[in-house]
Formats: sequence, C-alpha cells, structure tokens
Amino acid sequence: MVWRIAKLAARQRLRLTFAFAAVIAASIFQLWIPQLLGDSVDRALSLLTDPQADTGPVRTRLIASAALLVMAGGLRGGFAMLYTYLGESMGQRVAYRLRMAYYEQLQRLSFSYHDRSHAGDILSRGILDIEGVRMFVNTAMLRTVFLAILIGAGAYLMISTDWRLGLISLSFVPIVAWRASVSRLKLRRTWLERQRKMGELTTVMEENLGGMRVVRAFAAEDYEMSKFDKKSNEALALSNETIGIWVRNSTFMTFAFLSVWAVIVWVGGLNVIDGEMTVGELVKFLAYMGMLQMPVRQLGMMVNGYARATTSGTRLFEILDLVPEIRDKPGAKDLEAPEGAVRFSNVHFSYGDEPVLRGVSFEARPGHTIGIVGPPGSGKSTIAHLIPRFYDCTSGSISIDGHDVRDVTLDSLRHAVGVVEQDTFMFSTTVYENAAYGEPYSRRADVEHATDMAQLHRYVDSLPLGYDTLVGERGVTLSGGQRQRLSIARSIVLRPSVIVFDDSTAAIDAATEQRIRAALADVTKDRTVIIISHRLSSLMHADEILFIEDGRVAERGSHEDLIAQGGKYLALYELQIRPAMDLGVERGPLLDSGEGARS
Amino acid sequence: MRGGGGRGGGAWMRTSAGRQTAEEIFGDAFDGQVISRFISYLKAYRKLMAVTLGAVLVFSATTLAFPLIVKFAIDGGLDGSGNRALLGAAVAGLFGAVLLNYVSNFLQEIIVGRVAMRILFNMRRAMYLHLQRVSMSFMDKTEVGRLMARLQGDVAALQEFLETAVFAVGDMIILVGIIVVLLVLDPLLGGLTLIVVPVLFLVRIVWLPYAKRAFLKAREMSSIVNGALNENVNGVRVVQGMVRERLNFEMFNDKATATLASQQRAALFGQSLLPVVDLLTGAAMAVVVVVGGSLVLDNALEVGVMVAFMLYVQRFFDPIRSLTMHYSTMQRAMASGQRIFEVLDVPLGIRDKADAVRMKDIDGSIEFRNVTFGYYPDQPVLKDVSFRVEPGETVALVGPTGSGKTSTTALIHRFYEVWEGQVVVGGRDVRDVTQESLGRQVSMVLQDPYLFTGTVYENIRYQKLEATREDIVKAARAVGAHEFIMRLTDGYDTMLEQRGGNLSIGQRQLISFARAIVADAKILVLDEATANIDSYTEMLIQQALARLLEGCTGVVIAHRLATVRNADRILVLQDGEIIESGTHDELIEQGGLYSRLYTLNYASFDDMPDELIYEATKGYRGVS
Repeated sequence: MVWRIAKLAARQRLRLTFAFAAVIAASIFQLWIPQLLGDSVDRALSLLTDPQADTGPVRTRLIASAALLVMAGGLRGGFAMLYTYLGESMGQRVAYRLRMAYYEQLQRLSFSYHDRSHAGDILSRGILDIEGVRMFVNTAMLRTVFLAILIGAGAYLMISTDWRLGLISLSFVPIVAWRASVSRLKLRRTWLERQRKMGELTTVMEENLGGMRVVRAFAAEDYEMSKFDKKSNEALALSNETIGIWVRNSTFMTFAFLSVWAVIVWVGGLNVIDGEMTVGELVKFLAYMGMLQMPVRQLGMMVNGYARATTSGTRLFEILDLVPEIRDKPGAKDLEAPEGAVRFSNVHFSYGDEPVLRGVSFEARPGHTIGIVGPPGSGKSTIAHLIPRFYDCTSGSISIDGHDVRDVTLDSLRHAVGVVEQDTFMFSTTVYENAAYGEPYSRRADVEHATDMAQLHRYVDSLPLGYDTLVGERGVTLSGGQRQRLSIARSIVLRPSVIVFDDSTAAIDAATEQRIRAALADVTKDRTVIIISHRLSSLMHADEILFIEDGRVAERGSHEDLIAQGGKYLALYELQIRPAMDLGVERGPLLDSGEGARS
Repeated sequence: MRGGGGRGGGAWMRTSAGRQTAEEIFGDAFDGQVISRFISYLKAYRKLMAVTLGAVLVFSATTLAFPLIVKFAIDGGLDGSGNRALLGAAVAGLFGAVLLNYVSNFLQEIIVGRVAMRILFNMRRAMYLHLQRVSMSFMDKTEVGRLMARLQGDVAALQEFLETAVFAVGDMIILVGIIVVLLVLDPLLGGLTLIVVPVLFLVRIVWLPYAKRAFLKAREMSSIVNGALNENVNGVRVVQGMVRERLNFEMFNDKATATLASQQRAALFGQSLLPVVDLLTGAAMAVVVVVGGSLVLDNALEVGVMVAFMLYVQRFFDPIRSLTMHYSTMQRAMASGQRIFEVLDVPLGIRDKADAVRMKDIDGSIEFRNVTFGYYPDQPVLKDVSFRVEPGETVALVGPTGSGKTSTTALIHRFYEVWEGQVVVGGRDVRDVTQESLGRQVSMVLQDPYLFTGTVYENIRYQKLEATREDIVKAARAVGAHEFIMRLTDGYDTMLEQRGGNLSIGQRQLISFARAIVADAKILVLDEATANIDSYTEMLIQQALARLLEGCTGVVIAHRLATVRNADRILVLQDGEIIESGTHDELIEQGGLYSRLYTLNYASFDDMPDELIYEATKGYRGVS
C-alpha cells in the first residue's frame, strides 16, 4: 500500500528529482557542520599541545571555519526548505489527483454501490483519508530518505574516522527500526479499531441530535447518556491503548539514542585519554549525534504516519479500484435522435438474493402514457430505475427504440430518459440553478417556462429574490410539494423522450397535479410517459395501466378495462374512493401482500 | 460530518450574530479566555498534573545537563591531563541522567497524553449532555451537521493541539534553560551568541501576517472543496440521472485546483522561516567558533565550555522551530475551543423548579388557560388559547399550516415555556413538576417516525428498560406490526440500518406507535403523518391508531378525514386561535371553516391546493 502511494508521488518526476537533489544537498551541508565544529575545536586546542605556535594563522582559520559554518547553515536551511516545500507540494498534488479520481469514481459508481454505502463513510474517506495519504507523502516519504542519507553518509564518515566508535554510534539505528516496525503493526490495528468505534459514537450522537424531539418526548436523557457513555468509554479505552503504544515506543527510541550517546562519551573519552583520538573528533561524533536527535524524535511520528497512510490508502483504493457495475460496453453507440419507444421483455431483477421483478413485459410508445400501480415493495420503482440503466436487469431485456439499453452509451441513454424521483434532492444553490441543473446552459425563458408548467413559477416569482433565492441550508425551505414541483421542472428542462414520474407527485395536492398534467399535455404529446403512483387519480387517464404485484404484472388494461375485470385494481379503486370512515374494519385480500421491505 | 467545519455563518444561532464570522476564521494563537476555561478542566486532575510538571522539569533538566556533563568530562579529563577517574564519574553521571530522562519522558508523555484524551472526551460529553438540555428552540434552529462539526471536528482539532502542546511546553522550558545556562557558563560568549534570538523574533513579526493570510486562505479553500464533495455524494443519483458528471467534474476540478494553489502557497510560507533559522544557527555557531576559539587561544575559556556551547546551539533552535511548526495547530485549536465553549454557553432552556414535584398517577386531563405563546418576540403563534381535554377523551386539532397545531402539542410536553397563561396537565401546572415525570406521563408520536440504529426490539422498548419481552410483543401486536416484524430476517432482533431505512415508511410508523404503547403514558400526543402513505398501509395505521388511543387521553394533529371524524371532539385553529370546537356533526351544522374545508371533499387536509392554504393564512407566516 505504501508502495502504491509512493508510486503515485513518483509520477511527478521533475519535482521528485529536485526534491531528492535538495535532500542530498541539505544532508551534505548538514553533515559538514559537525566536521567544521570538530576541526575548530582541534585548532583551538592546538595551542595547548604546542604553546610556542603562532596564534595568528589559527585565528584566521577559525574565522574561515566560521564563515563556512554560516554558509553551510544557510545552504542547509535553503535546501531543507526546498525539499520540504517540494514534499508538501508533491503531497498536495497527490491529494489533488486522488481527490479528482475519487470524485470521478463516485460519479461513475452505480446506484447499487451507493445503496450499500453510507454517505458519511464515503465522505470521511474523501476528506480524512486523502489527508492521511497527503501527510504521508509530505512528511514520511522524503523525511525517511533524508534520515537514511543522513545516517548512511554519516555512518561512512564516522566509520572512516574511527570504525569502533562509528559502529557504536550507529547501533541505535537497528533498535529503533525494530521498535518502529513492531509498533507500526500494533498501531495500525488499534487505529482501525478506534476509527470504527468513533464511527459508532458518531452515529449515536447524530441520531440523538436529529431525533431530539423523540428523546425529549420520552424523557430519555438518562438512557441516551448511557448509550453515549458506553460507546465513548470504549473509544476512550482504545485511544488510551494507542497512546500507550505510541509513548512506550517513542520514549524508548529516545532512550536508546541517548544511551548510545553516553557510550560514545565514555569510549571516545577513553580514546582521547589514550591519545588515539582528538577532542575535536569526539565533538564531531557528538555533534553528529545531536543532529540526529530531532529526526529520531520525529521517527515516532513517521511511524504513526505510515500506519495512518496504510489504513487510509487501503480505504481509498478500495473504492478507487471498484469497477462500476454499470458502464458503457466497448463500442457502445450513442442513441441518435431518440423517439422513446420503451420495451420490457420478460425482465427479471433482484437486489441480492431477493427477487423483485419476475418477468415483466410491456411496451410504451411515444405519445402514450403507461400507468403503474401496485402495493409497496411490488417492484414499481425498480421498473423506473431500469430504463435509464441505474441498475441492470438480471435477465430479459429492456430496449429503447429497438436498441438494448446495454448497447447504447449511458450518456445518451440518460439524456433520453428523465426520471422524476419521489425523493427530491436539491442542491444548495439558487432556485434557477436547481431548475436548470441538467442543462445549465439552457435559455432562461425555457427554464422559467418549465417551472411555470410545473406550477411553481408563481411562487418563485413571489419570493423577494425570485429565481436567485437560495434553496435549502441557507435559503428558503421548500415544502415537500414545492420540492417535487421543482424536481418536475428540472426534468422538463431536459426535454427527455421518455419521462418517468416515480411517485413524484405524492406531496402535491390533487388539484395542482391536475394543472401540471394539463400544462404538460403539449410537451408530452409526442413523448413516452410512465407514471408510477399510489394515487389512482394520478394515472387513471393512462392509455394502459399495469397493476404490479410481487414483481409480476397481475392485471393490465385501460382504467375502464380494469374496472370491468373486477380484480385487484377495482378493489384498490374502491378503497381509495370509498369514504375513509368506513375503512379499517376488515382486511381485504389486498392486505396480505401489502407489506414488503422495499417500495 | 459536514466537511469538518461547515460553511459560512448560516443558521448558527441567530441570537449570536456577531459570532457568525468567527465560524471559519482562525483565532489568535492565544486566547486567554479559551486557555483559562480549558485549564478549569484540568483541575480534576490536579495530582496527576503535579506529577507531570515534576516529570517535565526533570526531563528538561536532564536534557540540559548532557552538554554540561560533557564539558565536565572534557575539562576534567580530556584536555591532556588524562584523568580516567573523572571521565568515569562523568560517564556514570551521564548514564544516570539518561535513565532519569527516560523515566521522566515516559511519565510526562503518557500522563499528558491520557489526561488530554480524557479531557477531550469529558468536553465532548459535557457538550452532548448540555445539548440534551438546551431549549428546544435552539435545537430547532441549529443543524445537526453543525453540532456534529463541533462534537467531532472541533474536539479533534483540540486533540491535535494537546498532543503537540506537551512538546511545546517542554521545548519552551528547554529554551529558557539553554539561555540561562549559556549566560552562566560565560556571560560574554553567551551574550554574543544570543544576539540571534531578537533577530529571529523580528523576522517572525514580519512573516506572521503573510503566513496567517496564506493559512487562512488554504483552509477556506479546502472547506469549499469538501463542501462540494459532500453535495455531490448526497446528490449522486440526480447527478447520474441528469448526466451532469462531466460538468460537475470540471467545476470540482476548478475548486480543487484553486485549493492546490492556495495549499502550496501556504506550504511555501510555512517553510520560508527554515533557511532563516538555519542561517542564524550557522551564525551562532560561527560566533562560538570565532569568539570562543579566540578566548580558548587566549586561555580565557576552557575548551569544554566551547564544546558545550556548540552542543547547546545545535539544540537551541529546535524549540523555536517546532513552535513555528505548531503555530497553525494552535490557531485552529483556539478557534475550535471558542466554538466548543460557545455550545457550552448556550443557555439551558427549561429547568426544573427547585421544588418541582414528581408527577404520578394522574387522571390524564389537559387544560390550556389563556395561553399565549410564540417563537419570536411580538409574533405570537398562539393567542389566548383556552380549552380542556377530559381524561380518556380524544381531541383532533385541525387547521391550516401555521395555525398553531404543532405549538399546542409541544406546549403540553413543555418543550417551550408559555408567554402568558398556564398549561395544566393532570391538574398541575407543567412548570411545577419535574420534566422527567412529565415525560413519563405524556408520550408522543411524531409526524416522521424516528428510529434509531439498533434492533427492532430496542427501538420499541427505547428508554423503558424495565419493559419485558412480552410487553414489547404485545405492543407490536396491538398496532399490527407483529406480522411484518416476524417476517424480517431476525424477527425482533433484526438490526435496523440507517434509522430504519430498510423498512417502509408505514412500517416505521407502526414501530413508533408500538414504542408509544410501551411507554405506557396516560396522555398521548400524536402528529399524524402527512407523508405519502399508500392506501394499504394507511388502513393498517388507522386500525393501529384506534388501539393506540384506547384508554388514554389523546391529542391528535389530524390530517386525514378518517382520523378527524373518529375523534370525540374537534378543535379548529386558525391564526393561533381556536375558532371552532365540537364534534364532526356539530361543526358541519355550524357551517364554519371546518364545514367549508370538509365540503371541498379532499381525502386529507393536506391535499388542499396551496391557494386555499394561502387564503387561510393571508398576511401571516409562522412556524408550525
């Protein structure tokens, strides 16, 4: 996983090359500093061993060393800035790429994926996990290299100065590396576990706040607090475990480092006493070690970064690697000038193991209206979703203008088919932009005309800001009926050849619906219209009505035919027309299949 | 979560308009008020904090001691005299210091880490508990996403801060320690070396405003990008249905590119101090080499001191560097801290009186005595409303949107305080009894059934932990939910995902009915669902409703004619006043608003065209 992220970062060749060059330059200058320091100590000391020597040249050389020190410091800083900046920039670019890829992938993944996953989870991957990967590229990757060069080159320098002392000073590296990898594994596990617990805590809090009226209505504060405390304490325990691992690890690393430092003072000191080494050389060793102290302290953080990047990367690529279930066939053709003749031939469909449609066949021709009615869970909405290929049918075939929907491009198919859903999602932008959502470049008059046909123009016009009024969060809250009307307008603007109303007038009063239908008559006269509804008055006028039950067409025909048949449609008709007061005494045959899991 | 911090000021508490701008803007790195309130959370851990303080001091002292010990070793044994005993003593001291350093380091980090974590959890809990008690009007006005951003995002920002704060405090102590030691070791050399410090501070003063601006911009941009992602995820079905993928991708690309640019700029500013710091480090070392070296040559300074200086200077800037690195973390933390305390400062809405009594075994009567109430000053929603509901009676509230039906039911439960008049439940003013006991007497079914993640069983039982399994099955049977529950995969133990998203709306309604039965209250307040329910389910619900109201006092906000006609009495509200009252037949006879609405012949009052509703609410828009 780490490798895959690294490969992504490595695509920015130029930046990477410069970054590495800067890393090398920075470490060279950094390594030079201890040399300069050690040499000057020796020079200053030279007088002690040879009191007769002239101090003049020594002083000049000291000044030269000083000048070099300033230069080395400045250059090291400059290059360090360069590589950290490049590192950040590479991290940001990787984040940008991932973000775009993620966004694109989310738009491509089929409905079935979005049905299965939670928006909160998708978002936290798109925000927090991308961040985790970014930080990894930025800090961990280049810093690891920097540290490796520092240790490698330093090792060479030190071992060539004094191999025994050199080996001693490097002995902490394997210890630290071992600790780091052990704790990485542990941290990864607890990190994942903790994220999961925090997710559960989030759910508890979200539901509580969202359902505050229920909580208060039932005086359930104590109960809710105990739910919260349970999750919260579990999360806290895991957090403490994480802290424990992390602290044990990082303090031990510092300890190993300092112990080695002390050993160098000891062995080095003995060497100096024995005359095998100068004080300046010992200072070099100590200064070199001092240089490593900060990176070693950060090593702990890097380990954490690795752990987080691995988890984050796994979670991201899990989604990025998914192949959308619904995509264009190779060589799929555009649907040219669609007329909108829809044909279902023996269509079967199931969500998982649960069959929803069991052999549905019908034909909808341009200029005709098909009504679909049936109990909840009978599969009505599924029919609507199969036409624009939000899902693929399990067997059988669906065609438009004689082309199987799987043989044409998704773009052209979905342009031809407009589904007005019962659940209307509005974007938090202006009324106008919501209405023109599918055709942002359409003429204003067309958009207003569509809104007018949907019987919403008058209301929008009455708002102080008119069409520029913001919808949702920070603007007006539209009622359910108004949202549905806006959603109808949004679909009309697209002028699709096939319009499917999927229970999309449920919150609109019957009179307004009547007016919408009248206004649309002109638009729909040469288009295919499919109306799915609970309310018979919405579809009684259809050319053909299908009564769907248990995924099959139980009855079909015009309203009059169906009434004459005296079957389930008639029973439903009577149920809706009969005065509501007489209801609820006996359970008719309709009720037995009345409850399904899906609608 | 909504992109970490939410966008813009928006609806966050209209009463604190001045604070809206603070939503996204970085605070100062230090905010005395936030810090001092934060410290008040530390008080509970006084002993532990004392131990930590000790550990920090030992840690800093030992860190400072290392170069000194080396100096001692060099001056005592390495400058030609060759005293092994002194070296041995120095090394022994060094090992002792290393060990102490290890122990103190471990202690400080583990204690601070865990205490910090506990404090964060405590703060979150305090916020959460507070939100359970703030006024309902606050909750009405505030989006859940915004609150979640505080409970999660802001607490996480504080966590990041606390994790680095330990280092920062230790670094500060070490910085001060180094300055003191340098000046004590050799005032002249020390003074000259420390000249770099004011220079650095000057540079920082120039740098700060630019960096701040760059950081701010970067943060704003990334919250815009996250907002866009959020919207696309939630609206993905519309996006795909309308084939907007390409355009959205391009629009998102613009935002992401702008974010990239601002992030890079911020990174540049973040790093630009680095060469300055390193240059100054070099300069300080140069001073040590030239001045220290000369002094050594003049025999005015021991070589060990010079070495000690070198070792100190090397570490000198580490604290300053990490303080710079943590600057933006600290700013973020202060802003988050402010937002957290803002939540905690939201005044508690309704509190029990000191002498509030527990209400039990009441008769179930409800009485409104000249009640006037509203949500905004000068905009009363209920005007001088009086009525009485007898025990066991079912009263239907009817009226157009905004007429005050929902407010009436909310007042029975004391979600809000009346402006004038009295609400009397079971013979007692609701303000004289504990809210908890009132809640046990009045159960409520909301318009939109609200279920929690958990099993069906847990949802029906809810807070009534003493209810037995039989009670729950009995309640489910009573409302006709038992059959479909048994058909679920695990029956009553089926997990409801996403607040019951795997059930139909009618099924959710029935479960919420069963929950109300289990609660076993004398009074039932019910807001009938207006949501689209098919005829089959509606029939089931009508039957369930009858069972639900059996044997208790009922106040029903009725939308369906069937419900209205089944009620013992109908109250018709308009513009916050009761304009008609009586049985269905009486009201039809009166020929008032009710009969007018009734003769329009809609199956439900919600089916009435907007025009009629507008007509009825002319010149008046309120909250209902």
